Amino acid sequence: MSDSVLIRLFVNGEEHALAAPPQRTLLEALRYDLQLTGSKQGCDKGDCGACTVLVRERSATGRGEPILACITLAQDAQDLAIITIEGLATPAGLDPIQQAFADCGALQCGFCQPGMMLSARALLDRCERPSLPQIQDALSGNLCRCTGYTKIYEAIQVAAGLREPSSRAPVSSEKALPSDQVAYAVKELLP
Amino acid sequence: MFDKPPTMKHADNSKSTVGHSPPRKDGPDKVTGRARYLDDLAFPGQLWGRTVRSQVPHGRIRSIEFDPRFDWSGIVRVTAADIPGDNIVQLIEDDQPMLAHDMVKHREEPIALLACADRERLEEALLHVDVKIDPLPPVLDLLLSTHVFKSYRIEAGDIKPAFADSSLRVVEGIYRVGHQEQMYIEPNAICAVPREDFGVTIYGSMQCPFYIHRGLQRLLKINDSQIAVIQVVTGGGFGGKEDYPTVLAGHAALLARKAGKPVKMIYKREEDVAATTKRHPAVLRYRTAVKPDGEFVACEIDVVMDGGAYVTLSPVVASRGVLHASGAYRWPHARIDCRVVQTHTPPNGAFRGFGVPQTLFGCEAHVEKIALELGLDPLLVRRKNALVVGDVMPTGQRLTESVSALPVLEAVAARSGYAAKREAAMEAARLPAGSARARKRRGIGLSLALHGAGFTGSGEAHLKSRAGLELTASGARVLSASTDIGQGTITVFSQLAAEALGVPLSMIEVAVNDTSRVPDSGPTVASRTTMVVGGTIARAAEAMARVLQGYVAQTHAVPAGEVCCVGGIFAARGRSLAPFESIARRYLDERGPLVCIEQYELPPGVQWDDAAYRGSAYPCYAWAATAVELEVDLDTYEIKLLDLVTASEFGKAIHPVLAEGQIEGGTVQALGYALLEEHIYVDGRLLNTRMQNYIIPTALDVPPMTTLILENPYSRGPHGAKGLGELPMDGPAPAVAAAVLSAIGKLIPDLPISPERVMKALHAA
Ligand code: FES
Ligand code: FES
Repeated sequence: MSDSVLIRLFVNGEEHALAAPPQRTLLEALRYDLQLTGSKQGCDKGDCGACTVLVRERSATGRGEPILACITLAQDAQDLAIITIEGLATPAGLDPIQQAFADCGALQCGFCQPGMMLSARALLDRCERPSLPQIQDALSGNLCRCTGYTKIYEAIQVAAGLREPSSRAPVSSEKALPSDQVAYAVKELLP
Repeated sequence: MFDKPPTMKHADNSKSTVGHSPPRKDGPDKVTGRARYLDDLAFPGQLWGRTVRSQVPHGRIRSIEFDPRFDWSGIVRVTAADIPGDNIVQLIEDDQPMLAHDMVKHREEPIALLACADRERLEEALLHVDVKIDPLPPVLDLLLSTHVFKSYRIEAGDIKPAFADSSLRVVEGIYRVGHQEQMYIEPNAICAVPREDFGVTIYGSMQCPFYIHRGLQRLLKINDSQIAVIQVVTGGGFGGKEDYPTVLAGHAALLARKAGKPVKMIYKREEDVAATTKRHPAVLRYRTAVKPDGEFVACEIDVVMDGGAYVTLSPVVASRGVLHASGAYRWPHARIDCRVVQTHTPPNGAFRGFGVPQTLFGCEAHVEKIALELGLDPLLVRRKNALVVGDVMPTGQRLTESVSALPVLEAVAARSGYAAKREAAMEAARLPAGSARARKRRGIGLSLALHGAGFTGSGEAHLKSRAGLELTASGARVLSASTDIGQGTITVFSQLAAEALGVPLSMIEVAVNDTSRVPDSGPTVASRTTMVVGGTIARAAEAMARVLQGYVAQTHAVPAGEVCCVGGIFAARGRSLAPFESIARRYLDERGPLVCIEQYELPPGVQWDDAAYRGSAYPCYAWAATAVELEVDLDTYEIKLLDLVTASEFGKAIHPVLAEGQIEGGTVQALGYALLEEHIYVDGRLLNTRMQNYIIPTALDVPPMTTLILENPYSRGPHGAKGLGELPMDGPAPAVAAAVLSAIGKLIPDLPISPERVMKALHAA
């Protein structure tokens, strides 16, 4: 087994030091050494995007660009400032992206969401009013098996202030007729 | 359950959340990364577990050797000899061993287990287990298998005269579908924690905690009180976490008992894809007799499904498949056969749709073929034959209510602009040869689907699912074993309970899903959660409301019949009496705990004869139509989706936004099935086990979607709701096939409709 090395990581504005084997990935370091379990592992091969975090040079400003923590060595991330999902909200409250994902029903099982929301944040940071193709392009490395993506696009547009969350016209909750009914005017809920 | 007058009056409907879309209860935890999935939980002293597998698709185990030169200290080893109880994975048949000890029947068959605190040493150790197997010839092609797990026949009328009638047209077709992987983004994950009473507590990502609860009692020879199974936040399931987690929990528990420490087993993605269950491949033959005007007279359908190595859920998958094989149509005469056979590949199992996406693809593709051969518009053919109230299904079930085949079809046809777009596609195809040919051809196609809600046949009667709620000092807590795997169960159950109790949503909590604390509500499968379990919870909440009304009547000296609770305030005769919480607290102090549990009863008149395969296979059906517009590139054979419209009728949308989420998500999974997802096996070995080479739809693959919801309440569902979860998986694939036919004039009978298949179809004579 390989000997441990000392690794310094700057995550969500805090400095951390840990001893780990040299091949420790950034995702493992975040999850198992720093207990920042919000970043998820869906494949460990750079295929799914669940482990997406934002990074920038420590001297740079802004939140940075998305990278895949599962195929980044923790050692190689030492010069970077890293933002994980735990660092997206501010003391003032949720990031507009988080709020919009919750408001729009853009999450189901939630496993893809941390990575998805960070990719979305990076998109809005570099482009305030993204078009739909820009949104699709920015999310193309984040797989979601639950939502079909449509509500995620909507959430990003809402976070960007481009639209309101679509909420269906509420319908009354009258109860069904007895089972021998033969005719019922089918009602359509407008999207 | 609504034939009695409603027990509560809701003067103030604005307080109701049913039919509205309040925020998901788990939203805040999930958007902040606070939600704890299995691997986010720390278990002190925990080891990691891994599986040694066969690598041979069929054979007899000669020996299992642990390399004596390797340092095994700190590594726990388990083989079949360590199993205290029955070495089986409990489900329908007892044919699948938890660990193989004699025969291996597929390449991923588990043979031994290892656990170690250090993951790197564990990986190293795996290389030092030598399993010697004498290979036997495997059966890998479902059509060559002679081992039938289960077969079904449904018969109605007499098909023979129809096929002999020369005034009818006979149309035949063969359709094929392959494996589909659920590809939940969180891989299977379980942690087993040994207990002082020699029992075990299981934490994990799962759909059906009670499957594990019962299965492990037999495996470990422990009793009901020695096991608790706790579902933690689950990163998707889609059926893939219905039965397989029992295997993983069994393995982790065996290791944990031997180690005396918690053992976590989390599959690597490649292992999860290779070893766990998938959608059954199938070959479907359709032979139909139809009138020249498109009216259906008779069908003869033969379906063969590949069950893989062990029975698992195959009999019920095939059953649901055969019951939907004739689609949403009237067939005066029908003979429908389905058999599911063994091959030496990993067992196939549950995947959203459960046999129906396969048979409905066959059925709907065949409807296209009928229209093509008769020279008719497929929409007209569907319209002519679609089921309406009063029609009888091939099983003899008469449809009495909540039938919306035609409304969904018409809604989709209108909204998608089907007629004009189809005309344009036909116009383009009529261009004379030699005229400037467009490089891309557009087409539009549609499909019609139905999906039975709840368990098939007598399933629900056998299950006797129980669910309910208990009164708390701040409201009420829902008690059920139904899992929220992303669909929003927690939110929908809370809405139903809040509605019946007349309290705000915030006063309802949902109990941790722990088999030692909640009643067995049956598995979270079969589009049954809202209709069956939700309905049971609503009934329990109504019972609780009656108890509390009686209590308030006593304490406030008013007639019980006049007490009601609205917006969390008890009132009578327009006068507010007391807030719900203060009544709850007083009740708990004075009378002790109040727990209301109800058991699901099949509606009267729903009867099923398993031997004859006749009766009401499902109490009701949900209906959907899908229209897909696409463009086929005649040079690259790529297909680009341009537009998609669905209309779904599932009784009542309790939470329209969650319902849309189910429809959109299921539709996109179905588009993957239609166009992208294909597994490649060589000698029983799955070659594409990564997300990089088994392609599921990305954000770039999704067309603009219009999601229409129609309501046609079912009298026996909560607020009229039927099941929804699986319905959206059924229709999109055949709609894509229909749209490709409309674009290029060729019906591609196999899924997925890959560029290779388009190329072959275009170049075939
Ligand atoms: S875990 Fe899948 S890309 Fe990193
Ligand atoms: S919400 Fe489940 S994978 Fe995206």
